[in-house]
Amino acid sequence: MEWFLANLPYVLELTWLHWFQSALPLVLGLAASLPLGYLAWRIHAIRGLILSLSSVLYTIPSLALFVILPVILGTGILEMSNLIVALTVYTVALLVRSVVDALESVDDGVRQAAAAMGYRPVRRFFQVDLPLCIPVLVAGLRVASVSNISVASVGALIGVPNLGFLFTDGLLRNFMTEIVVGILMTLVLAALMDLLLVVLERVLTPWLRRRRGTDGSNTLARGGPGTEWEAGGGAAVQNRIGPEQRPDAARAAVRG
Amino acid sequence: MVEFREVTKTYAGQPAVHDLTLDIERGAITVFVGPSGCGKTTSLRMINRMVEPTAGSVLVDGQDVSAQPAAALRRSMGYVMQSSGLLPHRTVLDNVATVPRLNGMRRMAARKRAEELLAVVGLAQELGNRYPAQLSGGQQQRVGVARALAADPPILLMDEPFSAVDPVVRAELQQELLRLQQHLAKTIVFVTHDIDEATILGDKLAVFATGGRLAQFGTPEEVLRAPVDEFVAGFVGRDRGFRSLSFNNAAGLTLLPAATATADRAAEAPAEGWLLLTNDGGGPAGWLPPGQRDPAKALIGGSLFTLGSSLRQALDAALSSPSGAGVAIDADGRVAGLIEPSAVLQRLRADGN
Repeated sequence: MEWFLANLPYVLELTWLHWFQSALPLVLGLAASLPLGYLAWRIHAIRGLILSLSSVLYTIPSLALFVILPVILGTGILEMSNLIVALTVYTVALLVRSVVDALESVDDGVRQAAAAMGYRPVRRFFQVDLPLCIPVLVAGLRVASVSNISVASVGALIGVPNLGFLFTDGLLRNFMTEIVVGILMTLVLAALMDLLLVVLERVLTPWLRRRRGTDGSNTLARGGPGTEWEAGGGAAVQNRIGPEQRPDAARAAVRG
Repeated sequence: MVEFREVTKTYAGQPAVHDLTLDIERGAITVFVGPSGCGKTTSLRMINRMVEPTAGSVLVDGQDVSAQPAAALRRSMGYVMQSSGLLPHRTVLDNVATVPRLNGMRRMAARKRAEELLAVVGLAQELGNRYPAQLSGGQQQRVGVARALAADPPILLMDEPFSAVDPVVRAELQQELLRLQQHLAKTIVFVTHDIDEATILGDKLAVFATGGRLAQFGTPEEVLRAPVDEFVAGFVGRDRGFRSLSFNNAAGLTLLPAATATADRAAEAPAEGWLLLTNDGGGPAGWLPPGQRDPAKALIGGSLFTLGSSLRQALDAALSSPSGAGVAIDADGRVAGLIEPSAVLQRLRADGN
């Protein structure tokens, strides 16, 4: 506790960096997943290909990706951008499937009605499909967010400063307190990020809150118990294993 | 107004609509009716290009629809479908304002127009800020109709719009549509599998048979009285004779005087014969059998026949009454007399049917 208080500005700076390194890929990954997921959903012939490809992406070990990316991108080996790109790749790998699921979850009757009223495809996507997708999409984002925060720690091994540095440093100095602080701050960060996403979902879907409890006839496509379980379950598994020590193992658990 | 010219639609070699040629009149309600899978919805959806014909053409105002951009064509026609047609994430007002907004109308103006339309379809203004899931099924369908009318299109396409609501609400919505149509005089194409709904609403019926064949096209009366083939006869039902009485006006029906009394005077009435209890407004309030003059023991009456309506209503009133004589009421709901079943049959013979 003393160490924590004494080093508070330093720990907070690492936390902020950690948040930035995992949140930016989330945004970039979402932006890339939407068109990819849309194509996979729209064109049946390439759905299998896109989905398997994204699964394969996720199986690349994070450390290997960090080492290989500078070669591909021509960036310096210690630059933060390597980590950002790597996490974006993982986010895309997770989210493409979520986007497909989310689009599937939209009631086809609603889509047909929108077409019959004279929506053109692009406008319909942004004004009808996308808003109705939000619940399932956010479920996917929550998984990706937890995954990113956990994997980002590995960045410390290639010299990118974030909370992961507290593990490597604490391990080198055989200083337990530093490791524990790192773990706790990562957990707090993951929980806050999850909360932020939940709040965001509530703000963006006012129609789901004002639904009458008993009227099930017009229920919207929601995440459903499956996706809820996946998101919650993933987080729980992470907390138990301690993602900071074995990020790849934790990721596998999320993916499972 | 809308013309089908030798239109055929096949799905994987199976005909959904087979060689359909049909003229839909301007300002009238044309009902596509038939069993499931007979191509009536497919035909409707070819009008706004939700479905493209395999062969033949659909003309609107003499113009082939396939030559017009689909989105613009669809905005020029109102479309009402079964439940779930409303956008669940938009409020009622925004739902109704959809097509004006798509046409580039400003948000405020479109919402103002939407408010007017809520009144037209009989919805309270305060429902405007609700979401569709907060409405009853009947209210949702009213919103659907308001939305279809928002851009004031000359053509309304209605795809089984009332089939998901309960019978009482359905009857209300049907009457409401007829009332609206008196003012609006839209060209309405209405799809239903319910022959009763078809005869109530339709100026013209197009009866579709399995395989997407148009079996008969005519007024409801023609279809009920003279079905062209076994299929149509079977589809319109065994009780089509009874149902076709809807088209016989009951003017000139012989009414018998009714023995009536209010509840507090019932004991003073003669003990023989049936006694019709009336309420303070002179309306029917139940029947007392011969010898029974205790108002608490009154039997519930049958259906009522309003003067000026059809022989079907008259006969139904007679058949459903516990006393064997139906109650006729005037426009103000006061008892006007009694109807014997034999009087209805007599009246029918006079019509030459």
